[in-house]
Amino acid sequence: MGPIATTISRLYGIRGWTALGAFAAVLFIVFPVFSLLVPPSSPFHVSQYWVTLIGKIMCYAIVALAMDLVWGYAGILSLGHGLFFALGGYAMGMHLMRQIGREGQYQSDLPDFMVFLDWKEYPWHWWNTDQFWYAMLLVVLVPGLLAYVFGYFAFRSRVKGVYFSIITQALTFAAMLLFFRNATGFGGNNGFTDFKRILGFTIATPETRMALFAITGATLIGALLLGRWLVTSRFGRVLMAIRDAEQRVAFCGYNTVNYKLFIWTLSAVLCGIAGALYVPQVGIINPSEMSPANSIEIAIWVAVGGRGTLAGALVGAGVVNGAKSFFTQAFPEYWLYVLGLAFILVTLFMPHGLVGILRKWRATA
Amino acid sequence: MARNGMKPVEAIPLEESAPAAQDDTGTRYTHPVTPGEVDLSHGAILYLEDISVSFEGFRALNKLSLMIEVGELRCVIGPNGAGKTTMMDVITGRTRPDAGSCFFGQTIDLTRLSEAEIAHAGIGRKFQKPTIFEHHTVFENLELAMKADKTVRRTLFARLSSEERDRIAETLQLIRLTDRTDRIAGLLSHGQKQWLEIGMLLMQEPKLLLLDEPVAGMSDEETERTAELFVALAGAHSLVVVEHDMAFIEKIARKVTVLHEGSVIAEGPMTQVQNDPRVIEVYLGR
Repeated sequence: MGPIATTISRLYGIRGWTALGAFAAVLFIVFPVFSLLVPPSSPFHVSQYWVTLIGKIMCYAIVALAMDLVWGYAGILSLGHGLFFALGGYAMGMHLMRQIGREGQYQSDLPDFMVFLDWKEYPWHWWNTDQFWYAMLLVVLVPGLLAYVFGYFAFRSRVKGVYFSIITQALTFAAMLLFFRNATGFGGNNGFTDFKRILGFTIATPETRMALFAITGATLIGALLLGRWLVTSRFGRVLMAIRDAEQRVAFCGYNTVNYKLFIWTLSAVLCGIAGALYVPQVGIINPSEMSPANSIEIAIWVAVGGRGTLAGALVGAGVVNGAKSFFTQAFPEYWLYVLGLAFILVTLFMPHGLVGILRKWRATA
Repeated sequence: MARNGMKPVEAIPLEESAPAAQDDTGTRYTHPVTPGEVDLSHGAILYLEDISVSFEGFRALNKLSLMIEVGELRCVIGPNGAGKTTMMDVITGRTRPDAGSCFFGQTIDLTRLSEAEIAHAGIGRKFQKPTIFEHHTVFENLELAMKADKTVRRTLFARLSSEERDRIAETLQLIRLTDRTDRIAGLLSHGQKQWLEIGMLLMQEPKLLLLDEPVAGMSDEETERTAELFVALAGAHSLVVVEHDMAFIEKIARKVTVLHEGSVIAEGPMTQVQNDPRVIEVYLGR
């Protein structure tokens, strides 16, 4: 076998690749055909609601995947991953705000909220954000750098377990308070919204939405394969060893700080990319994305799906968010109870999540 | 990476007149000294001198001095709380001493290195409680321990070469786990876990092995085999064995060091140490 064939068989078996192929076919063929070509009058038409909902859930699935890499494989429970997601979203949002041009309410070159605050020019941190490539650079660099610096000090000082989780929670909370302030220059509690176009395309047309949907799907599949490649490498085995017996890994001659820092930063970057894909599809970004509860929810997706499996993260993000959009419409006041109950039940009875149950069935069958 | 933080080497000026190189300053050296490599030219692999460690007022080590020779198999005994594990912690960089010096070979100052750097320099440690990677297979445990470039960049793209596979197979045979190669390590018996951990140490190709209670929980037969293994390893490796099992010590011991309250109270062949009045007092006197 050549090196490429070896890598392919290392990532997934025949069943795994078939499932992935089917998933890709649904995303890239079924959805576009039934949304764009089948007329809205037909019962088979896939409405904008579904395209947006599934696109949004796929963004969450990328975040869940990123979370699983640090929590499921390296044993680092982050309760602040929503921050990295939001930062990526804000970077994309800045660019989208500038793409509005003079079509805002005040017909000014500046975004409406800046006119409202009586600002005369863009603050320094908006420099160059009208350039798409620069905004994309921010999407990757801002969450990545923040994670790197934070992780460097935390891991080097051997902050672990609950303490680490609490600090990440505090970090996202502090950022949320910062972004709530109007003076920070990110639209205060309203955040950014009313986007008009992206790369010159009108953002609300079915075609643009389908393109964003497809890019999100491709990113999700790419992230899954990247994650799978990482965890099946020796690097991945070192990560899991760090999770199980960090001291032993150090005595084997591995500098565990570098390992944790690498996966932690990569995870944050993935979240940033997910956030950047989320904002143009959902049409809004505001500081509530940084609320501590949001970050805790990310951990719940992974726990429900099954930690340390990657596929479980996707399943968890899909199931929990699917249930969320159902409950928040049908029984809005009960959603939080359902979520809390689900978390308790999973912790008590399904330590390996939904994927763990599937595997058990398959093993006994 | 392993070289970061290592002390710049100062060669030792020679006193007697052996044939020697000479530099511009007139200082003469007997042999070249390579940074990061263990200099064993003086016959000793490990020097501890006047090491003291206190934990919140409790003196775990009190001016402990110890020298291990190259290829030696040294047994360290002592009652509970004598400082045996703390001594291992100091050597492996887990605990920093309050005072004293700790050298690996002539040149490597262990008190300045991290745990990973010390492992790279060539010191392997077996813990009191077997610490293996419970969720990995036996094979993967040995793979991870194997001496290799252990930077992130390399492990991302690492592939096992056929020589490396052979080395793992050899070690599997030595620790008698060949028929358990693909078993999850957490499912091994206690004795097998101890052996796996010893195997992991050997995969690191250390020059010095520190073994903290290696036969705890082993059956008599396993203990017997472990004794044979250690005796076979001495010479090519230097070993420091901390043990409570006196029968085991008697089987392997050449030189025994007795620790008490953080200091060495006796050192010498087993029979001599056993008859030392201070040792008898420490072991029987309370």
